[in-house]
Amino acid sequence: MTEPGQFPLAIEMQDITKRFPGVIANQDVNFSVRPGEIHALLGENGAGKTTLMNILCGLYTAEEGEVFLDGVPVRFHTPHEAIAAGIGMVHQHFMLVEPFTVAENIILGQATGVLREPRQTLHQRLMALADQYGLSLKPEAKIWELSVGEQQRVEILKALYRQAKILILDEPTAVLTPQETEGLITILRRLAAQGTTIIFISHKLKEILAVCDRVTVLRDGKTVGTSDVANCDTHSLAEMMVGREVNLQRPDRTPLPTTPQEPRLHLEGISALGNHQVPALRDIALSVYPGEILGVAGVDGNGQRELEEVIMGLRTPTQGTIHRDGAIAHIPSDRYSMGLISDFTVTENLLMRDIDQPPFNVRGLLHPTKMAAHAAHLVQQFTIRTPSVKTRSGKLSGGNAQKVVVARELSQGHAIILAAQPTRGLDIGAMEFVHGQLMAQRDAGAAILLISTELEEVLRLSDRIAVLYEGRVVGVVRAENADVKQLGLWMAGKSAEGDRQRSAASGAVPSEGAVS
Amino acid sequence: MTSELIPVSQSKPGLGWLKPWAPVIGGLLALVLSSILIILSGANPLEAYQVLVLGAFGGSRQITETILKATPLLLIALGLTIAFRARVWNIGAEGQYHIGALLGSIVALTLPNLPALLLIPLMLLAGIVGGLLWSGLAGLLHLKRGVNLIICTLMLNYIGILMVQYAARVPFRDPDGFLPESAKFVDAAQIPRLFSSRLHLGVLVALALVGVVYVLLWRSPLGFRLRAVGAKISVAHSLGINTSQHILTALLLSGALAGLAGVIEVSYTYTRLKQGISDGYGFTAILVALLGQMNPVGVLVSAVLFSGLVVGAQTLNVSLQIPAAVAGVLQALLVLGVLAGQAISQRDN
Repeated sequence: MTEPGQFPLAIEMQDITKRFPGVIANQDVNFSVRPGEIHALLGENGAGKTTLMNILCGLYTAEEGEVFLDGVPVRFHTPHEAIAAGIGMVHQHFMLVEPFTVAENIILGQATGVLREPRQTLHQRLMALADQYGLSLKPEAKIWELSVGEQQRVEILKALYRQAKILILDEPTAVLTPQETEGLITILRRLAAQGTTIIFISHKLKEILAVCDRVTVLRDGKTVGTSDVANCDTHSLAEMMVGREVNLQRPDRTPLPTTPQEPRLHLEGISALGNHQVPALRDIALSVYPGEILGVAGVDGNGQRELEEVIMGLRTPTQGTIHRDGAIAHIPSDRYSMGLISDFTVTENLLMRDIDQPPFNVRGLLHPTKMAAHAAHLVQQFTIRTPSVKTRSGKLSGGNAQKVVVARELSQGHAIILAAQPTRGLDIGAMEFVHGQLMAQRDAGAAILLISTELEEVLRLSDRIAVLYEGRVVGVVRAENADVKQLGLWMAGKSAEGDRQRSAASGAVPSEGAVS
Repeated sequence: MTSELIPVSQSKPGLGWLKPWAPVIGGLLALVLSSILIILSGANPLEAYQVLVLGAFGGSRQITETILKATPLLLIALGLTIAFRARVWNIGAEGQYHIGALLGSIVALTLPNLPALLLIPLMLLAGIVGGLLWSGLAGLLHLKRGVNLIICTLMLNYIGILMVQYAARVPFRDPDGFLPESAKFVDAAQIPRLFSSRLHLGVLVALALVGVVYVLLWRSPLGFRLRAVGAKISVAHSLGINTSQHILTALLLSGALAGLAGVIEVSYTYTRLKQGISDGYGFTAILVALLGQMNPVGVLVSAVLFSGLVVGAQTLNVSLQIPAAVAGVLQALLVLGVLAGQAISQRDN
């Protein structure tokens, strides 16, 4: 624990304990960060990373233990106190007001308001600040028009605008494209070089190895240890985090049937408008066959959300036909707006699709004990970490919340599965689990459409891979023939008839697809 | 060195244990604030509260009066509980109550020769239909035309109230009477009393509905879906729940109970159609539902509490010359205090 040198530690958290009803989120956790370093906080979902950081930034108060900033003991009771002390946090779930503009969100709660400063100069100032760190943003854009990646940049800009000396990023790359991730890493390096202390909460081992100076690992609410990243590799980190060996290779799979099959899900000539009445899907043709996973790769904001909504009947296509042969299980890309009711209990969320069927529905009345028993069974089967089945789902960590959705959808035994960003924000253990579940459904004969912006995930699970760019399917290839370089070109919009595509797309940047 | 243990001087003594009591503290604070008002009216607050409580619950006559006034509040607030759980902000219970009373009265006035056994069920049915119509109208305006639900339910209140006034003054006015009101209903149109008390069958109906609404909300698939729509409409929608249909259902159910309350009141308390057949029940019931935490049993308690305040305040006026309006202030402060307390007690640590 003792640090060499005369400089005090930027942050030191000693013997932190925080309990929630039914769980100990942090138990005697020790965590220290040197000034100007990029320090990774690694751990599975529910390991206590977010709780520890929420204590640091004043959202929670620790029951035991002390926090020191630059050697001075502090205890924040509100986030404002932490912000005033120079701590900025970029949460996994963004704290942005959707109908407001980027600029309005950034100055929200600040002493100098829009009224004092002309909009024009404020925008210019924000543009300058954004450009300085390579965060391309339009101050006048409304939050709801932005992609997830852009919203995150707003959060970072907000912290920088408030002159944060310590920047906490909670799983920042979970929502980013590979290019955006590289951009973020450049930004973080630049910030650290200028003396900003950065805490990087993640479970992506490669990124931690690439970006961070040191890493602290948490498991089950306790500190496993802190070490220099230079002395680690993915293998050792994964084992520290999970407490056992993990395997993330492409899983073995039963071969595809050789006899010709009818597709279970068939899209033909589908076009649809996005939220802004601009074309979001253009002439999409896709077929998903029983016993296969068709992976749809692509950079976020290229029509993934619209494709998902059209298939689920939540968005009406302007053209084309969809043929579904059977009911669809749906793991939605945004579990909080499409999959999970935070105020409902785990039981209620797990059984949301079953309430009209026996044995949960007996002559028009729900049977609470049978519902609870079935929920308990699913909780066990899908290893959902929750204090009880009566716990509000909003209290669960991101990974466990996602497991609730996965458990509900995959336990239906539906013939078609639409899995959209199924492991977004999940740690290795949970990701391994969800992948295993999808593979099992595939081997059992389900037709699975996997929409994911994680290229690694698409490569690992898919039998065939389609690439989406600006609402078009640029190409489809069998996974065993897939070449990452080729896929990357497709994701950037360069198809076989690339020149025609590029001129058609004249100047539009992918991330702006959702904007204007 | 920073790793030495330094006592944290900034730490405050924890007040966390107070949190569950915040609603109670809020309520007490409301009493203290009201005391100031009572002192300004020239009375002793403790004495006033004693008179208030005795006036509401001090004897069988007082308790009967409190229960009678609590009944329409309870009926309406139970309906609003369903609506509010589905996040359907029906502010139009007052109008739905009036239209229920109007249709029930029309049945009573046009079919006076029917036996009670037929007439009363018909009247109750007409009252329910009236509430359904009036809430359904708001629902259609909202769902088909996109009119803000709060605005259209609120505005339909005034139309409903004025329709009752018109009906009592023009088409149904008693030609032999001096006042702008209908003739008295026939005896068969009065809801039967319970035994020899002043209580009536509607009291039992309202009490039974406490259980029914509870079962509906927490033990039925419909209630489950209504709560899902209220808790997160986007999730409900993407899970295939017809959200418009459920919004309409919640609205209609709350309208039906308000209409039922209206017809019961004209049948028993007023026995004729006239102006002023409500003490603002439809509005007060909104507070009753909120104070009762949108939980049927809580709503029962808060309906009795509110009714007791009104009944007790009448004695307050008579015996201490304190304006009865003080009760209104006390009601408002209680609701604010308790709700603020609740908000504090539920805030995440």
